[in-house]
Amino acid sequence: MRLWLTALLAIVRREALRFVHQRSRFLAALVRPLVWLVVFAAGFRAALGLSIIPPYQTYITYEVYILPGLCGMIQLFNGMQSSLSLVYDQEMGSMRLLLTSPLPRWWLLLSKLLAGVAVSILQVYVFLAVAAGFGITVAPLGYVALLPALVISGLMLGSLGLLISSTIRQLENFAGVMNFVIFPMFFLSTALYPLWKMAESSTVLRDICAFNPFTHAVELLRFALYQSLNGWSLLWVCLSFALFFGLALLGYDPAHGMTRRRKGG
Amino acid sequence: MTMTMQDDISRMTALDVSGLGYSYGARRALDGVSFALRPGRFTALLGPNGAGKSTLFALLTRLFVSGEGKITVAGHDLARSPRAALSRIGVVFQQPTLDLDMSVAANMRYFAALHGISGRDADRRAAEALARLGMQERAAEKVRNLNGGHRRRMEIARALIHAPQVLLLDEPTVGLDFKSRQAIVAHVHDLAQSGLTVFWATHLVDEIRDGDDVVVLHRGKVLAHEPAETLRGDRPLSDVFIAMTAEEGAA
Repeated sequence: MRLWLTALLAIVRREALRFVHQRSRFLAALVRPLVWLVVFAAGFRAALGLSIIPPYQTYITYEVYILPGLCGMIQLFNGMQSSLSLVYDQEMGSMRLLLTSPLPRWWLLLSKLLAGVAVSILQVYVFLAVAAGFGITVAPLGYVALLPALVISGLMLGSLGLLISSTIRQLENFAGVMNFVIFPMFFLSTALYPLWKMAESSTVLRDICAFNPFTHAVELLRFALYQSLNGWSLLWVCLSFALFFGLALLGYDPAHGMTRRRKGG
Repeated sequence: MTMTMQDDISRMTALDVSGLGYSYGARRALDGVSFALRPGRFTALLGPNGAGKSTLFALLTRLFVSGEGKITVAGHDLARSPRAALSRIGVVFQQPTLDLDMSVAANMRYFAALHGISGRDADRRAAEALARLGMQERAAEKVRNLNGGHRRRMEIARALIHAPQVLLLDEPTVGLDFKSRQAIVAHVHDLAQSGLTVFWATHLVDEIRDGDDVVVLHRGKVLAHEPAETLRGDRPLSDVFIAMTAEEGAA
């Protein structure tokens, strides 16, 4: 067991070091949601009337509404970013190094995943601190309750990235991921507008939103911020995690996955 | 008790490959490949580009899995007990696998941790492995600042950190200048002399010395497996190699 932990810690440390080295990446990860919070929300709040829906007990401003959605956005981008670095690792060969370790492959990939989650959680809390500077806060215990929710949603979004990295073979294809994964997942979710608001324009869109695992990640975070649990979202996120991680393991399995299709010399 | 028995077995067959085959779709990359490496020897896997060397290495390191044939490392079946087998292999891939912005020591430690080795034990092993390759004074340097030859030596040192019984190197001198190439060839021959079983893929005959074993691989098949001096007779090895692979090509 100590053996396994050693590997886990080393993988997390490597990921964290890489993140620290890339200051611009950290800045981008922070500025992106802040722009949404400060610029977009300010313009949008006039256009969107919000009624009281759980977990909120009073009227809230739009900034307060999108706060959890932006936490989710940070994790979504981070998940895709780690997927990008995995594709890079495959091209650069350090993935091979990882996969020839005598530890079981699922553990190595889970370690990689947890490393990404740790980095994303760090980003979220820095973002929340800055948001608090703008006066957008929740109860102190809400920040604590958010942590386990962030781990679960981070694992789900990270495993989606892992799954994508097992199917993409070239960095160039990554722009497609932006267009076909990140944007639809973010906009077709409850990150920016609640489901009932979506239903007003189209019930089909509402149904897509309700199906989108990112919606449930956001709702899980939203409820956690108010120290309550959205059981349905938790279930949905956990099931998505199991599905994505399972498929990703299959993708990285030497007998089935991407490595098999690679040409050798 | 079982441990020493296991070690005895492993001393007899460091790496044993039998009936190994692999296809990419319709293209046959390896066909009925069988050989056993003599322990403590430098064995060259000699073959032209496209012979199937890299495919064989991918199978030996379990990046690929084949349904055909069997690979045994130090007595452990790679398919049945992959973890025991992998822990006895050190690998240097053709493509460099380094974290350029970390120091040599940090790269070594990361790899040690992937094998479950940490703390002072990892530092000691890293220092020893670097010393074996004449790299000890480079430990604190960033990998980015090393030249190609030293990077490669670091990778070889790294592959030794978990004390493997078999060292696999896939064309490790690709892209290096003549001097660095010679230095690495000499270093790895020294490792074999000190008891390590070395399997070195190459298409360059000048990396092979008399006293080495040679496995000639061409079009996915083993054409020969014998000591270099037996293989070449009284001709230069390059002539023999060209003749062997040309005949096959014409047929």
